[in-house]
Amino acid sequence: MSKEEIHHPTAKQYFRIAMVLSVITAIEVAIFYLEFLGYWMVPILVVLSTGKFALVAMYYMHLRYDHKLFTYLFVTGVVLATVVIFAIISLFSFGIGRW
Amino acid sequence: MSTDVHNNTHEDHDYTTTGLNHRKMLMWAFLGSDCMFFGALIATYLVYQGKSLVGPYPIDVFDIPVTSVSTFVLLMSSMSMVLAYAALTQNKINGFRIWMASTAIMGATFIGFQVYEFSSFSTFHVDIESCAEQKVKYGKFDDYEAELCSNAKDDHVETHDGLKPQTNLFGTTFYTLTGFHGAHVTLGIVWILSLLFLSYKKGMITPERHLDVDLAALYWHFVDVVWIVIFTVIYLFGVFPFPGS
Amino acid sequence: MSSLPIPVPNIKISRPVNPTGIWSWLTTVDHKRIGIMYGITAFILFLSGGIEATIMRLQLAGPELDIVSAAIYNQLFTMHGTTMIFLAIMPLSAAFFNYLIPLQIGARDVAFPRLNAFSYWTFLGGALMLKLSWIGGATDAGWFGYAPLTSIDQNPGKGIDFWILSLQILGVASLGSAFNFIVTIINLRAPGMTWMRLPLFTWMSFITAILLVLAFPVITVALIELTFDRYFAFNFFNVANGGSVVLWQHLFWVFGHPEVYILILPAMGIVSEVLPVFSRKPLFGYATVVLAGAIIAFMGWMVWSHHMFTVGLGPVANTVFTITTMLIAVPTGIKMFNWIGTIWGGSLKLNTPMLFSLGFIAMFLIGGLSGVMHAVSAHDAQQQDTYFVPAHIHYVLFGGAIMAILSGIYFWFPKFSGKMYSEREGKLHFWLMMIGQNVTFFPMHFVGLDGMPRRIYTYAEGMGWDLWNAVATAGVFILIAGFLVMINNLGRHWRNGPTATDDPWDARTLEWSISSPPPHYNFEEIPVVRSLDDWWETKYGTHEKAVPVSGSSEDAHNSDIHMPQPSYWPAVTSLGLFVGGYGIVFNDLLFPYLFAGIGLLITVIGVYAWSLEPVNDPE
Repeated sequence: MSKEEIHHPTAKQYFRIAMVLSVITAIEVAIFYLEFLGYWMVPILVVLSTGKFALVAMYYMHLRYDHKLFTYLFVTGVVLATVVIFAIISLFSFGIGRW
Repeated sequence: MSTDVHNNTHEDHDYTTTGLNHRKMLMWAFLGSDCMFFGALIATYLVYQGKSLVGPYPIDVFDIPVTSVSTFVLLMSSMSMVLAYAALTQNKINGFRIWMASTAIMGATFIGFQVYEFSSFSTFHVDIESCAEQKVKYGKFDDYEAELCSNAKDDHVETHDGLKPQTNLFGTTFYTLTGFHGAHVTLGIVWILSLLFLSYKKGMITPERHLDVDLAALYWHFVDVVWIVIFTVIYLFGVFPFPGS
Repeated sequence: MSSLPIPVPNIKISRPVNPTGIWSWLTTVDHKRIGIMYGITAFILFLSGGIEATIMRLQLAGPELDIVSAAIYNQLFTMHGTTMIFLAIMPLSAAFFNYLIPLQIGARDVAFPRLNAFSYWTFLGGALMLKLSWIGGATDAGWFGYAPLTSIDQNPGKGIDFWILSLQILGVASLGSAFNFIVTIINLRAPGMTWMRLPLFTWMSFITAILLVLAFPVITVALIELTFDRYFAFNFFNVANGGSVVLWQHLFWVFGHPEVYILILPAMGIVSEVLPVFSRKPLFGYATVVLAGAIIAFMGWMVWSHHMFTVGLGPVANTVFTITTMLIAVPTGIKMFNWIGTIWGGSLKLNTPMLFSLGFIAMFLIGGLSGVMHAVSAHDAQQQDTYFVPAHIHYVLFGGAIMAILSGIYFWFPKFSGKMYSEREGKLHFWLMMIGQNVTFFPMHFVGLDGMPRRIYTYAEGMGWDLWNAVATAGVFILIAGFLVMINNLGRHWRNGPTATDDPWDARTLEWSISSPPPHYNFEEIPVVRSLDDWWETKYGTHEKAVPVSGSSEDAHNSDIHMPQPSYWPAVTSLGLFVGGYGIVFNDLLFPYLFAGIGLLITVIGVYAWSLEPVNDPE
């Protein structure tokens, strides 16, 4: 039987990750209040949120240490959902047939 | 031909092509699929962002500090979930139970915040003593107040309608998206409590049967990860009118 | 017995043990039985869709006929389309997935046998709900249910609600099945069965399953949004409050276009199995055919707005989707060439399954050509909403999917029934199909280009459409005759036909290496696969008949075969969904949402009992 979980993060590492997640969240909220950033808030927050997403997926959901197949199964859904969201928004933003 | 049967604990030793567990693979495929579910709901929300014909608008009702707290709680619940699983694999059943209970409690707290938020949104009201004075005093309105004042016959404007799903596109899409997320969380809490409950029955939750908890944990983290997206895209970006509006 | 924190009654429901008769079917988890149930149910539903079509064609046989009213006609075309797609082609494909995939990969069953049973019972419930909706007024807004025709204002009856709920229930069934086959194909392949040794049908089924799990959630969301609009006055498609009816179209077709590849890829898989056997040659360019299938599935996500060319999306969108749609013809064309390459120079046996697969190539080609015509948005501006579209649809779905499925039915008939059918009657069926479908569907190209709109219940005299409509209707009777021949042939021989051998066709893949029908446990010993077309290589190639190493658990002897046991809970859980679905539609019976709540309770009980029941009970 294959041992998927050869590496186990320790409780301490899990706690550290939780702290990082909290700090990133705090930063996100702080950036939200910096009105001078305008639309620049968007890419900054996307990067930060993607970071949180990746931390939870890779460490809490153990994708980093598991067989790559699980990553493929999950990432396919994430990527396709993202692409479809952008496609639909674009179709509603351009052209004469918006409504 | 004889049909010799094995009980469930041997399931994990049966032949598989990849050496990976069937149920874990199923859970990951399911989570990939669930991304499309939330993706469609998020796409609907974003298409309609900034397009509501009447208020209240996100900027009127969103309370970012409060939602930040509930976001933090949900993130911490992921930590507690992963510690519950770790405890189980180390045969610390009491630790497992404590962490599972705290995950459920934090999940329920998150739902409590959602309920509070839904109810405060739906009873949101505006009371402007005098539109003329308001304008002079603050120099500007936000959209909703300007809209109310411009439509009003008197100088005094009061509205108790609140934000309901029927009110406008924002209400419709917001409640549906966050409502389905909340439903996912609730299902997760029920699952976690069921496992917690079962752990009192001898032999049901053991280090050998860690997969049962691993599956619940994956689901729980997914629900957390979806909220990470929702918090940023819906709440934090809620201040903008989006392109194309 | 335990120290549960809360006192819980000690309920013990024993597992069914060797049930016989109807209980054995209700509680079965055997993929072969489930496959047969899917096949028979789907075929009956296919016939019901055919009856709907026949009535439509009778109404259109001449101008200004009065066989059915406009209202009934609208229900007919809506139910016909929904039935054929969701209750006929998809479950017929599922019948093949279920029966064949474990056999083709050298497994004893699927990864989740109870989930498999659940998928069938849930499908049955959804199918019943849809067909029963004829009582009291069926859905009438087209199989794609465009808003605002489906709004509560424009369509207050329960027909739309039954359509919505049955599609949601059918979606659950399809998703369950798809997840099952994804895990099964990845994880239960026999030792040595690498990806590039997988039979083509299994490959196409795998790709189809991936499409299913990614596409269905989108229509689930669209239907939920529609439900909330109808029941709770939400604004998703409420134009008065800023909603967009075009959003429905986008969400529907993001699902809908991958859906048509879900309909055709398994059929293409069947053809890719049949042609090599009856050409006595391997499939030409196996890897290319696999890759082409994968590319079709991938590109299928990029073309959906070709269903919306006349909505007014603008020239940029229309151009982008024209290009992507034309491009997707390329991998399809590649497969065509590979099929031709397969039969080229082969030692052809033109029996019934082979004829149907060859017929598929010819008919699908025609459908593909009209499809490329549709791809060009400027052309489509003329063709959209005319009969040119049903012409295209029926060439690809009848001439394509159904012909391939029929090929598969005849091909695998000896395997699943253990009997042989009459070849003469099979050929007769084939010719009736070929003549019938061309007589019925080819004229639709003409009247379509001549301006006859779709979904009209009648047409005026003097439009110039009379002749071809009459011809099309005549063709229907040829098709009916063909299906009667088929039912008679297969029905009689399933009961009393000559016994079939294990490998009557001298075929290539593993299912032919075991008896007809296979034993309950499929393989006495899990085979070790050494090449593509391993069974053919075993017979004619350099492989000696291998002594398989037992691929099952280390402690098992060859005579200890572990088979999953029957269970009540899949059917119970399905029942809960069925009751719940009706409860949502009839939500004001006795108490608001009472029956929805009861349905939910049954489902929850089913799920818990299922979870707590081990895969197999300890002795």
